[in-house]
Amino acid sequence: MQIIFLMIGISLIVALIFLGAFIWSMQNGQNDDLFTPAMRILTDAEISKSEKK
Amino acid sequence: MKTLHIENMIACYHCGNECLDNHIHTEEKVFCCEGCKTVFEILDKNNLCNYYDLETQAGISPGNAHFEFLDSEQVINQLLDFKNEEIGKVTFFIPSIHCSSCLYLLENLYKLNTDILHSTVDFLKKQVSVTFRISVNEEEKTGITLRQLAELLTSLGYEPLVSLNDVVKNQQMPSSRKLITQIGVAGFCAGNIMLFSFPEYLGLNDPDYQYLFGYLNIALAIPVVFYSASDYFISVRNSLKNKRINIDFPILLGILTAFLRGTYEVLFSHGAGYFDSLSGLVFFLLIGKWFQEKTYSFLSFERDYKSFFPLAVTRIKQASEEFVAVNELKEGDKILIRNGELIPADSLLYKGNAQIDYSFVTGESKSEHKNPGDFLYAGGRHTGEKIEMEVLKSVSQSYLTQLWNNDAFQKNSQSPVKTFSGYVAKYFTIAVLILAVIVALYWYNHDTSRMWNAFTAILIIACPCALSLSYPFALGNSLRKMGKQHFYLKNAETIETLTQCDSIVFDKTGTLTSSNGDLPAPHFNRILSVFEEMFVASLVSNSTHPVSMKIKKLYHDKGNITLENFREITGKGLEATYHHHKIKLGSESFVIPTKNAVKTEGNGSFTHLSIDGVYVGYYALTNHYRKGVAEMLAALAKTHELFLLSGDNDAERNKLSAWFPGENHIFFECKPQQKLDFIKNLQFSGKRVIMIGDGLNDAGALKQADAGIAVTDNTLQFTPSSDAILEADKLRLLPDFLKYSKFSLKVIRFSFLISLIYNFIGLSFAVSGTLSPVVAAILMPVSSATMLLIASVGTNFRYFGNEDQPFQSA
Repeated sequence: MQIIFLMIGISLIVALIFLGAFIWSMQNGQNDDLFTPAMRILTDAEISKSEKK
Repeated sequence: MKTLHIENMIACYHCGNECLDNHIHTEEKVFCCEGCKTVFEILDKNNLCNYYDLETQAGISPGNAHFEFLDSEQVINQLLDFKNEEIGKVTFFIPSIHCSSCLYLLENLYKLNTDILHSTVDFLKKQVSVTFRISVNEEEKTGITLRQLAELLTSLGYEPLVSLNDVVKNQQMPSSRKLITQIGVAGFCAGNIMLFSFPEYLGLNDPDYQYLFGYLNIALAIPVVFYSASDYFISVRNSLKNKRINIDFPILLGILTAFLRGTYEVLFSHGAGYFDSLSGLVFFLLIGKWFQEKTYSFLSFERDYKSFFPLAVTRIKQASEEFVAVNELKEGDKILIRNGELIPADSLLYKGNAQIDYSFVTGESKSEHKNPGDFLYAGGRHTGEKIEMEVLKSVSQSYLTQLWNNDAFQKNSQSPVKTFSGYVAKYFTIAVLILAVIVALYWYNHDTSRMWNAFTAILIIACPCALSLSYPFALGNSLRKMGKQHFYLKNAETIETLTQCDSIVFDKTGTLTSSNGDLPAPHFNRILSVFEEMFVASLVSNSTHPVSMKIKKLYHDKGNITLENFREITGKGLEATYHHHKIKLGSESFVIPTKNAVKTEGNGSFTHLSIDGVYVGYYALTNHYRKGVAEMLAALAKTHELFLLSGDNDAERNKLSAWFPGENHIFFECKPQQKLDFIKNLQFSGKRVIMIGDGLNDAGALKQADAGIAVTDNTLQFTPSSDAILEADKLRLLPDFLKYSKFSLKVIRFSFLISLIYNFIGLSFAVSGTLSPVVAAILMPVSSATMLLIASVGTNFRYFGNEDQPFQSA
């Protein structure tokens, strides 16, 4: 049953890494504008289509 | 490519506007003006014609704006977000951003100019951030100046709006960032604490793990209490400073008690603590806060004259022109105003003829003609030739802007409105504290070991978290629902304020009436010939009277025949001859001296016309009330006291007094300061006031009122600072909005009653000193979930607005 200490430790570390990633993404401003990127992706697709032609 | 023909209308390939007779043809495409054609050519040359594939006719016909002031070093430094020797970064607000084509073009600016390195659009905020190689003056070979950049954008139809407010505002981080991070941390900790609490719930009492899990729980709860819930500390400290108890006080008390007791139990008495309930509660509370914080990023509720006035203005100094920042203007400065520019300060016109449009100030769209020697108030927009004027008062001391020096704008409006949560906070908290002390005393005399248990358990369980949850969810939901009906509230608290007001004060021009430039309606006894139309148009083009200007517009400026014997008789009308044809236009007594009374329909001003001595008919300029105004006022009069403050004369007193019953409810010729004082007096006599207005002249009253609602035809337009913005065609729904607000508050009260029942169940455990963590862990989420259910179902359930049952027009 000693293994449970190790497993809890690992699971917490993994979870903390995700928490860290979340905090970083917030500070980085990635979630500030959630609307424009959705529109941007459409225009990008249009460009590549016309460039192929 | 195809040309669009819509009902014989030729639409411009670029902007979709109607092409008039003088449109331009190129490569099978039609453009309404040179500007649109130029934009197309620029885009075509740079292979950016995808612009037209994304949305057809997406373009905006370019205007012409002056950006000379962007050459001023001082202005540049204020505007740039970032600058070093080579690179500058600037964020422009561009109101005309409206579709994915705009996004495409603005993010491909680097293809148009190699000195632009990168540009990013924030669509909802209508902003574009541009990184570019900066050059200080135009002689340098590399880089472009800020002015050139602004002019490039303008030439594409995306005119940046550069105002004093951009300079004054601090570069603030979006407030949602911190809150969402706090939610994330709380959620993370709550989840893990719950996981580590499971063994306890299931009764696995292995001492090794119990310690380990207990310590881990403390470690995880620390960031929840001191980071995620940190706003509660701030809020409680602020309210205690003002010697008040707010709703956050009992919540913080509960949180802290739970945390301290849990820590004590884990460290010294092998208990498990209430960390799971505690962190779950904080998580839910923060989500509620976030839900309530619905912001309309495209609207601004805090605008004052600074966001409306230009950044800089041309000053004439010893025959040379220079640009100075508007707030540096001093008395006696001589300034130059071009076509389309704003008058920044009260001044005296001494050169040129001015045509001033005060629609931003009064909501009135008529323009006024001014001659040299006339006094000009700040805030008007000038159209026509260049004019020169002398500044009489500095910008902040001008007639209009000194409103902002009033107390109403200084204080951070601490609304005197007593909120439901305020009541609860006060009485509920006191009741809980008294109960806790009584119970503690009881156990002190009977079983001392249970005393602390019972005392802390009461504080934990009685925390009015249910109310703190139903509030944001119910109000946040209402906020969204009203937003869908184009009634945008500044924050959720406004809903509660609205429900408590008993008086409504209306502005007339622009609020009850429509300021959309109505053209005069001709009522003739026969149809005018083409020649006669030209005759009239030529006659009015000689006059600058507002009515003449409107009639001129009616005939698309086609007056170009030279008239003889033109006479303008002030207050009467115009007359002229052309090849022995005589024309007369003006008041009834002037045009028809025979006193044959002519029947005119409706209220308003009438301009009569006779040709060759024969009476033809009249042009009617009626005051056009918005649709449904009468029904709206009738509905409101049942529940509220209604007042009208109009800047106009009392020509319509009779019609209006039917709508605003009671004596002294209608006031004409009110000055901005008088409007503000009127509201202050109403409040002084114990009334809670909603002010509904539109122009800058209502700004003071809107701010002073308990709830100020700005009415606007277009949400992109300037609206003075207010608590809510209402789209003009939804004004008729105002009674529904108020009813709905009241309903939302009822939902909150109901959910509070339910939460009291839960609290009694919890308290019955708590007073006996037997509240186990498991019970708390079950009770807390169940009561929270019930609150959410009541709040969201309740506010959504109500049938909103009479959309299917349109009001009959007045």
